[in-house]
Amino acid sequence: MTPHILTRSLDRAATAFVLLVAAVGVLIPLSNLLLPQGSMFQVPTYLVALWGKYVCYAILALSIDLIWGYCGILSLGHGAFFALGGYAMGMYLMRQIGSRGVYGNPILPDFMVFLNWDKLPWYWYGFDKFWFAALMVLLVPGLLAFCFGWLAFRSRVTGVYLSIITQAMTYALLLAFFRNDFGFGGNNGLTDFKDILGFNVQAEGTRAALFLLSCLALIIAFLICRAIVSSKLGKVLIAVRDAESRTRFLGYRVESYKLFVFTLSACMAGVAGALYVPQVGIINPSEFAPANSIEAVIWVAVGGRGTLIGAALGAVVVNYAKTFFTSGPLAPYWLFMLGALFILVTLLLPKGIVGTFNSWWEPRRSTGIAADEASAAREDGISAAKMAE
Amino acid sequence: MNVMDTRATSAMLYLDGVHVSFDGFHAINNLSLTLAPGEMRAIIGPNGAGKTTMMDIITGKTKPDEGTVLFDGTVDLTRLDETRIAELGIGRKFQKPTVFESQTVQDNLLLALNVDHSVRGTLFWRGSKAESERIDKVLETIRLTDARNRLAGSLSHGQKQWLEIGMLLAQDPKVLLVDEPVAGMTDVETHLTAELLKEINRNHTIMVVEHDMTFVRELGVKVTCLHEGSVLAEGSIDQVSSNERVVEVYLGR
Amino acid sequence: MLAAFSSHSCRGPDVFANCIDRFRALFLSILLLSCLAVPALAGPFEDSVAKFANDEFSDTEAAVGEIAASGNALASPIISALQDGRLSADPDSKKVFITQTDGKIVDATTGAAVDKLPDNAAAVRLNNRLRRTVEAALGGLTLLSPDPAKRLAAAQSVFKSHEENLLPTVESALAKESVKSIKQAFAEARAAIILFKSDASDSDKLDAVAVVKARGDQEALALLTGLGDQPALVTKAAASAVSSIQSNLAMWSMVQNAWYGLSLGSVLLLAAIGLAITFGVMGVINMAHGEMVMLGAYTTFVVQEVIRTRYPALFDYSLLIAVPLAFLVAGFIGVLIERTIIRFLYGRPLETLLATWGLSLVLQQAVRTAFGPTNREVGNPSWMSGAFELGQITITYNRLWILCFTLAVFAILLAMLRYTALGLEMRAVTQNRRMAASMGIATSRVDALTFGLGSGIAGIAGVALSQIDNVSPNLGQSYIIDSFMVVVFGGVGNLWGTLVGAFTLGIANKFLEPVAGAVLGKIAILVLIILFIQKRPRGLFALKGRAVEA
Repeated sequence: MTPHILTRSLDRAATAFVLLVAAVGVLIPLSNLLLPQGSMFQVPTYLVALWGKYVCYAILALSIDLIWGYCGILSLGHGAFFALGGYAMGMYLMRQIGSRGVYGNPILPDFMVFLNWDKLPWYWYGFDKFWFAALMVLLVPGLLAFCFGWLAFRSRVTGVYLSIITQAMTYALLLAFFRNDFGFGGNNGLTDFKDILGFNVQAEGTRAALFLLSCLALIIAFLICRAIVSSKLGKVLIAVRDAESRTRFLGYRVESYKLFVFTLSACMAGVAGALYVPQVGIINPSEFAPANSIEAVIWVAVGGRGTLIGAALGAVVVNYAKTFFTSGPLAPYWLFMLGALFILVTLLLPKGIVGTFNSWWEPRRSTGIAADEASAAREDGISAAKMAE
Repeated sequence: MNVMDTRATSAMLYLDGVHVSFDGFHAINNLSLTLAPGEMRAIIGPNGAGKTTMMDIITGKTKPDEGTVLFDGTVDLTRLDETRIAELGIGRKFQKPTVFESQTVQDNLLLALNVDHSVRGTLFWRGSKAESERIDKVLETIRLTDARNRLAGSLSHGQKQWLEIGMLLAQDPKVLLVDEPVAGMTDVETHLTAELLKEINRNHTIMVVEHDMTFVRELGVKVTCLHEGSVLAEGSIDQVSSNERVVEVYLGR
Repeated sequence: MLAAFSSHSCRGPDVFANCIDRFRALFLSILLLSCLAVPALAGPFEDSVAKFANDEFSDTEAAVGEIAASGNALASPIISALQDGRLSADPDSKKVFITQTDGKIVDATTGAAVDKLPDNAAAVRLNNRLRRTVEAALGGLTLLSPDPAKRLAAAQSVFKSHEENLLPTVESALAKESVKSIKQAFAEARAAIILFKSDASDSDKLDAVAVVKARGDQEALALLTGLGDQPALVTKAAASAVSSIQSNLAMWSMVQNAWYGLSLGSVLLLAAIGLAITFGVMGVINMAHGEMVMLGAYTTFVVQEVIRTRYPALFDYSLLIAVPLAFLVAGFIGVLIERTIIRFLYGRPLETLLATWGLSLVLQQAVRTAFGPTNREVGNPSWMSGAFELGQITITYNRLWILCFTLAVFAILLAMLRYTALGLEMRAVTQNRRMAASMGIATSRVDALTFGLGSGIAGIAGVALSQIDNVSPNLGQSYIIDSFMVVVFGGVGNLWGTLVGAFTLGIANKFLEPVAGAVLGKIAILVLIILFIQKRPRGLFALKGRAVEA
């Protein structure tokens, strides 16, 4: 990454966000590990895992915002990329169990022994090595997105059509992963993990490290997204979002742009899934459920699409609310609230929390310029050219 | 035979025997048209005459059922897609002004600049002095220098039309296809637009589709009248407007 | 009939016992009647019964044969007791006893009640070969039953068992039979026996092969392939019959798949047809469409509940009442949704998608709160239950009715769009909203009504689907993806495309299922549609030209 990309990516808000996530990523694990239990400021281990989950969701939200908020591609199947990344990590964790499983088979995971399989299917090879699994976390979602996008964007499937076929894609995967003979644990998925890179997944230290790693991944994902949206590429993406055929007539190969961000976004979702699995301790086919993907979209809508910080914020806010309400006496009403959230946000708050805040704040900050969004994206345009002189 | 060959190879745009139909409706019917390098041509014709469809064919948005469409004498446009055709140097302004409304005027021009359009190129793009000078120059030509930092969406209708012409200039194509540039403009704006197009014509080949006869007269160029997907009359504005069949078509017998 | 009789006259535990007694009396008298028709064929009934006490399989077999042929009223109870292990014999006194199902004990020869079994009485033993004899004997006993259904069942069981010693009974039954289908079954049973009878003549056997071949089903195939040693001529005839039956069966299995496909297609069409209006015609993507279907199904449930508690006689009309009600309920909610949510989102399809998804969550949860999360029972009216045979396939009435119903709804909808004022206005608004508005059409009213129409049709679909699917809050979700696939596959804005799309997908699904299995078949279909959309993004029957750009 060349320095000029970094400097123009980090405007004031972005810097503040990166610092905030870094602080959270360091302080929460420290308080969990160093302070005595029962102390007012000690974060209990279950909360570390819970917030780790939120951070993973924030990465997923960023990946959706990159394609929806900036390029206008509404994917209702991003949960599939998340789940595939999760499965890749889950397969590594399964292989790590070794002979400590219920059936004590050193090679085969328990569910395969249960199904009377006598050898490991070929697609499980290599997952005993972490580097291989890590590669697959990026490669499998990326490859699926690339193939899917290559077909879809080249044939100019756009708008709701694309949304519907992405939903069909994750639905097809859901059905496939539910099958026992598909070789991924069927209904039950992959669980009962023991350790990761030699560390016990249940241990406090491991959980703290995973949390820190998740925050780090969030920062990196955010910076990548920032670098993209603040470059000229970001302007092209917005141009594609607002007037696709105009962009084409200017000589841009729109499908290449879409394919690039779609694939990148799928890889990011895969990483989010991979970090999610060791922290929640299970991955099963229900992660492919179309409802999950569409719920992730609403996080972005709540936070503010087209604002990266908003996407991350929305994921945390909505999921915090979900945890809060579903664990209390209001549990039966959570779906009403979630449903109402979908309706109210689209009707009343189309720019989301951050977008609405921006359009309220911007005119105050820089009176004189009629601007209502994406100030950063604008500033670097020609001013970058001037800077280069 | 020989005559046709020379016509084809020397022409900037060469259409011959082009047919297109949509579900049985013949939008373009045996259309033949030649545009010489450096020429400005005005295309007139009633609604549904096939003017926009013709532009769709030239820019690769619509594939003709049969016929020849050549660019620069040699390139077969029917085999290429929009992006490739735009890269070759055919720019298009749409009937309805289409600019990138949520981006600033100068970003609109920046996007239109005829530079590296690959994903890599735009990701690692850094501005150059030459680029910003060209943008300044275009802004001046289209009289939008003061509005450079405004969002394109906040421009007036006429300004949007100009911005789109400006984007064509920034793209610097060999041929400009301009669809109804003065629709919804005031008389003053129309006059200025005519001046603008004449100025652009010094370095570019232009095809203008327009309904406004005063504007076409002001351009003072060769006129082609389309009707039901084929050429009805061709010549100076006076010749065409005195043609009986043109009058018949326009006035409905 | 009997069920009605029992439920009305039996109240409370002691009345219930009384009831059972009455039943037994009825049963015994039927048995007696049937036995009176049988001429006595064998010697003293008591001697035959006593053979059970010998504890020899061969004697038991002989006893079964003799008793079955005796025509005695106790023959049937004895043999069924033997089959169930309730027949005991005292080897010393050579007396045989039946332990009845209610625990009472009777003497097998006289039918007189006995206090308790003798101490050394033991259950009469059976082996597998004997069990078949017993089954066949029971079959033989019912061959002459006055109840046609029993005779038919008996004939079919003889066809399977082809018990040689039943031949005379079958022949006499065949001679007497007047019902054509049962006569046919007797003829087939006779043919089956003859085929396995070692001393039957070749020409008889060839005739028998022809009869079995004409039957042409899976059982005929099983019979002919299991013939064993036969004269060369017969073997040859049987082999050719087998291959002809096999190709016949393959043809029927195609027909069966096609029928299943049509049936699935009709369900898909029914679910998608409302969507073809809201999405196809209006361009509104309604993710709560499935919930409109669900509301229709719950309307049916409520209608049936009211009928069950208040007017049980009307039960057979419950669906007829539910159809207009479901249309009104779903249609009204549809109009409400359009007025309060969707009209603010025209031209923003992705937002519409999200808002209506939220709405689907709310509706599901509302129904879950009101009716509980579990499946609710929706009954089939009598005219929708049962099935009939068409050649080698079974067609259930509910599937058939749904197919007819779907086609009727489709036809009515087409006619409505074409010939009514609302239909005309709808087409005008979808083709050119501004022009329609300037012609004096109240576009917002048309929007609301169009959306209401689409939702109402979804409600009607719910009535039909309640007959074949579980009525639960998740009912709608299972149809939404399929419905979208149908509409998108068929081509948006084209009702005929939806029709063709639904039946194509239905039939393709059912033909893939036997090859790939149900789940893989579905996945394959989804993948194929995804690829298809990418090949033809606008569906099978796409509009071309300027209209597409809108």
